Amino acid sequence: MPKDSSIKHVLLIGSGPIVIGQACEFDYSGSQASRSLREEGIKVTLINSNPATIMTDPVTADNVYLLPLEKKSIIKILQDHPDIDCVLPTMGGQTALNLAIDCDRAGIWKKFGVRMIGVDIEAIDTAENREKFKALMEEIGVGVCKGDTATSFLQGKEIAQEIGFPLIIRASYTLGGAGGAFVEKAEDFEKALSAGLQASPVHEVLIEQSILGWKEYELEVMRDNIGNMIVICSIENFDPMGVHTGDSITVAPALTLPDTVYQRMRNYAITMMNSIGNFAGGCNVQFAVSPDNTEIIGIEINPRVSRSSALASKATGYPIAKVAAKLAIGYNLDELTNSITGSTSAFFEPSIDYVIVKIPRWNFDKFKGSDKKLGLSMKAVGEVMGIGRNFQEALQKACQSLEIKRNGLGADGKELKDQDQILYSLANPSWDRLFHVYDAFKLGISFRTIHDLTKIDKWFLKQIEELIYIEAEIEKYELEDIPRELMELAKRKGYADRQIAHLLGCLESEVFDKRYQEMGIKRVYKLVDTCAAEFEAQTPYYYSTFGEENEAIPSDKKKIVVLGSGPNRVGQGIEFDYSCVHGVLAAKECGYETIMINCNPETVSTDPDISDRLYFEPVFWEHIYEIILSEKPVGVIVQLGGQTALKLAEKMDKYGINIIGTSYEALDLAEDRGRFSTLLKENEVPYPEFGTIHNTDEALELCKTIGFPLLVRPSYVLGGQGMKIVINEKELEEHVVNVLRDIPNNEILLDHFLEGAIEAEADAICDGENVYIIGIMQHIEPAGIHSGDSYAVLPPYNLGDYVMRQIETYTKKIALALRTVGLINIQFAIKNDKVYVIEANPRASRTVPFICKAYQEPYVNYATKVMLGENKVTDFEFNPVKKGYAIKEPVFSFHKFPNVNKELGPEMKSTGEAIYFIEDLMDDYFLKIYSERNLYLSR
Amino acid sequence: MKKQKATLLLADGTMFKGSLIGSAGTNGGEICFNTGMTGYQEIYTDPSYTGQIIVTTTSHIGNYGVIDSEVESDHPTIAGIVVNSFSEIYSRLDASGSLQEYLDKYKITGIADIDTRKLVRHIRAKGAMNAIISSEYEDDLAGLKAQLNLVPDMNGLELSSQVCTKEPFYYGSEDASIKVACLDFGIKLNILRNLADRGVYCKVFPAKTKLEELQSWNPDGYFLSNGPGDPAVMEYAVETTKEILETGKPVFGICLGHQILAEACGISTYKMHHGHRGLNHPIKNILTGKSEITSQNHGFVVKREDVEKSDTVEMTHVHLNDNTVAGIKLKNKPAFSVQYHPESSPGPHDSRYLFDDFVSLMK
Repeated sequence: MPKDSSIKHVLLIGSGPIVIGQACEFDYSGSQASRSLREEGIKVTLINSNPATIMTDPVTADNVYLLPLEKKSIIKILQDHPDIDCVLPTMGGQTALNLAIDCDRAGIWKKFGVRMIGVDIEAIDTAENREKFKALMEEIGVGVCKGDTATSFLQGKEIAQEIGFPLIIRASYTLGGAGGAFVEKAEDFEKALSAGLQASPVHEVLIEQSILGWKEYELEVMRDNIGNMIVICSIENFDPMGVHTGDSITVAPALTLPDTVYQRMRNYAITMMNSIGNFAGGCNVQFAVSPDNTEIIGIEINPRVSRSSALASKATGYPIAKVAAKLAIGYNLDELTNSITGSTSAFFEPSIDYVIVKIPRWNFDKFKGSDKKLGLSMKAVGEVMGIGRNFQEALQKACQSLEIKRNGLGADGKELKDQDQILYSLANPSWDRLFHVYDAFKLGISFRTIHDLTKIDKWFLKQIEELIYIEAEIEKYELEDIPRELMELAKRKGYADRQIAHLLGCLESEVFDKRYQEMGIKRVYKLVDTCAAEFEAQTPYYYSTFGEENEAIPSDKKKIVVLGSGPNRVGQGIEFDYSCVHGVLAAKECGYETIMINCNPETVSTDPDISDRLYFEPVFWEHIYEIILSEKPVGVIVQLGGQTALKLAEKMDKYGINIIGTSYEALDLAEDRGRFSTLLKENEVPYPEFGTIHNTDEALELCKTIGFPLLVRPSYVLGGQGMKIVINEKELEEHVVNVLRDIPNNEILLDHFLEGAIEAEADAICDGENVYIIGIMQHIEPAGIHSGDSYAVLPPYNLGDYVMRQIETYTKKIALALRTVGLINIQFAIKNDKVYVIEANPRASRTVPFICKAYQEPYVNYATKVMLGENKVTDFEFNPVKKGYAIKEPVFSFHKFPNVNKELGPEMKSTGEAIYFIEDLMDDYFLKIYSERNLYLSR
Repeated sequence: MKKQKATLLLADGTMFKGSLIGSAGTNGGEICFNTGMTGYQEIYTDPSYTGQIIVTTTSHIGNYGVIDSEVESDHPTIAGIVVNSFSEIYSRLDASGSLQEYLDKYKITGIADIDTRKLVRHIRAKGAMNAIISSEYEDDLAGLKAQLNLVPDMNGLELSSQVCTKEPFYYGSEDASIKVACLDFGIKLNILRNLADRGVYCKVFPAKTKLEELQSWNPDGYFLSNGPGDPAVMEYAVETTKEILETGKPVFGICLGHQILAEACGISTYKMHHGHRGLNHPIKNILTGKSEITSQNHGFVVKREDVEKSDTVEMTHVHLNDNTVAGIKLKNKPAFSVQYHPESSPGPHDSRYLFDDFVSLMK
């Protein structure tokens, strides 16, 4: 069937603030879906409360509503736009689905004559309701775990008695597996049961037989209205059953399955999809396979786009959300074209000739006291994807993308050597188990033991074991005599120059010179084309490998590279991806060929439709440098990709690579507290008294002159890592010792902490001569809580003219003194009407997207044009929409870490944010948060 | 860790150096690529690949070893394999052995650790051509070229009579109510499994068997199998098929069998630029409007204009990527055929309904 022409105006529901289990993959799917619908001449109205999203940009939709995701907002939108005839709820994760169900139950869709497309409620219900799901699977002959649903404590105990231990508890209708638990022994059961029941909004849990250690797979499937079905991607979990798939290392395509087993699984997926209802769109189906391949169990089915479908899209190049949106409005798969090749049918199953490895990124360091063991409830805050021509290369590249101070897997001198600790870690997976598998082999723990404890498929384990042999071989040589063949082998297996340097006992640059200049072992770039080179492809989506043919032939146009921000984590999330995307689009407008480098599969920036060329590569020096050598861009934009991109500036500067906008010198000056304070002093800008120390003796000496309370701050960290307020010498000493243990050789700053001060921050654009302040925000909480965790009000709600004038003056002075070209963010503390500067960051900050959305102006676009020298600040006409106030609301994922103290401090803990508009300060929402401003203050 | 070296030389002079896999030696054939990501053992034992060197595009081959039950013929007849990354070790618990042992046993020479994507792009651009893999002529390019020149051209090559069964054999249950005579041009075992599963007793005859002999078994229908080579030079099969059609009994053809059915109806075939080989080919069933993902392996195809002009044949299935003919049926006879492999193995099972259709014609 062709497009349903009765559809004229679609409401698209977003997924709201970033929380664990629901991240920026839904910005990617939402913005793709919106573009896809508008291509068809359909009007799109969008609701999402997350300001840091591309989907909520005016360029994405016809009408954007930055409102809380609740029924009230939906009613308002439908009243404003009575011509909305359909709602597409499958692009915004569980949040959007739940809201759509709520509205359906309340009769809202019916009242306003809105049809739900892309899914039916029946299908959602079957997929979400464990009992219904199980009954259906049994009916259609798909294996399921033994077990039953309980809605009461007593019922739960009865079920457990029947199926025995170990067992699994899954709470119904929860995000990312919240409330789920593994129970090995009867004595742990009662506690887990009540936690599960409480976590479920409908007070319902499923209690099931444990299939711990089975192999785990996911199929990403698409279905159209007449039941045509295709599998976009098969994903194999490196970590077997027992670890939530969002917390598992995953690999595509499935690597250890024979065709017979794979086709059985594919048949089940098709039967399952057909049985749950008649819907058109993307769907994720999860399976467990017994280690001997004889038994296959259907775990779950998600009839919507998901984190896995974003991964599958990036892994294969197939734009799932874009096609799903087309299916939702009536098209059939055979009527659509594969946009990657531009010539073949969208009804086909992508074939890939490389391997992708996804590794989740955790932030346990931010949640002190949390249970670090991975299990049924997802704990990762982000993820990276490595693409390689073989598993080992993809694995190494993924490890290099993580930014956890490792240079890949192994060969960096950081391995754990304690046998007991390793054995414990193998059996109790946490964020570092992969590294410990390597360490175990290196230490000589037997293959059998490693396999028994981890249950990881032997083929994967062998791949890691092989790395140890290769390293041993390399270690026999020195830089001077390493054979070319061995060097090439190491590079093909994904080893970074730094790792090879470690093995050879030389410098990274020496390895680079040797292999690149002398041996001619250079990266080539291959295309992600959905079809394993069977057809010519149009989409410029590349990854590097070591082979003979380079497919990314550089053009002779003038080019700009934009460095992405890597994996999402606390302190560096979607806000930076937002800025990167706008940087790319602005550079395009200025006539540059744009090159994006990033390794986060969830993002919009890694949608190959955004830049002229996407290099899906680690934001890691060696990979970036080789792209630069190949492409020869005019320069590199580092100030949009957060700390990840910024910290590469030094090396780029050293290698003579042109940094666009603010110079490396200025970036460094702002980070170097000593030199920065001198600058402040010269410009007569006040700042809290401070000093720098390198050890506890210096700290104890310095505190006498500055006086307590003191804010202890390590340098060059993200999201206030290691920051703490101390009130006496004992606390000071203790914390300095801790910081130096975690970050050796760090220069630590001791600031006098302005107790009870008010905090404010400003973002500005500067062209070196003119400064325009795009927004000043006042925090609701008093000083002491990280700016990322504070409610911020734009514009300030109770700062007097005198204070505002100081903020404005200091912002301008500092921007100019740092010779900023581009964006700058400055944080202030205000005490007794005197304004102190706490820090300045000459880069796009977390709050820039928030201001863009509140004032409805494209500041990143302007800033990029200023950076590129295309425009002066004075060229732009600024017309911010100033109506009432916009409040930035931090959103936390504490529900994932029940044991973690919810108190807030100088170290950031929030995972996302929402925007909330109020008319005036009498607003109930504002009054409530204002009255609670001291509630979570740790000190 | 040291691997023995091997060379791959294409007829147009393109050369790749890599490591030897399988058995040491020299072997030539027509080079083609398969984009499937699973099922290497089924591909390597598919008789339709006789005389061909198969490049698998997927990054790893060998991971799950081999198993005696997952073969499509009793031994591989391929001319060689080219893989990106070859795994001698495997993790499948019920495997019979490693792929390396298997290749070695059947004296198949292969090459690994080359830029297979470059090779595939080359074949895509230049078309199918002959090639040779050798572990013996490392420094003797002239010698290798001479060997390559001995490899016969696939165009005009008849291979079915070489790979088919020499003596008739039976498959399925003797008690089955339906009997099908299968003309073996290089039949895949899974076709027989699919027929037997549907209550069909099969007798498989050598490619050059005459109608009288087929008829003497008194079958309810005839099956024309897949197989290697150029259909245009298989007059014997075309003639037999014409006679079979005269009997009025149901006929089903797959791949080469489909091409032969077409030829028997006056429709010509031609060699494609580089063929269709993979497990992800999109086919639309024109009769039902539904589409299916199919397993394909063919270098020749029937001419669409001929089908469109034909009074006796109509197109039932079309390839969605290039609009080539994927299935036909006769307008007034119970005979139909498809260019792809509904028995798959390897590949999706979307098209198994065709066996049901065939069986219901005989009921």
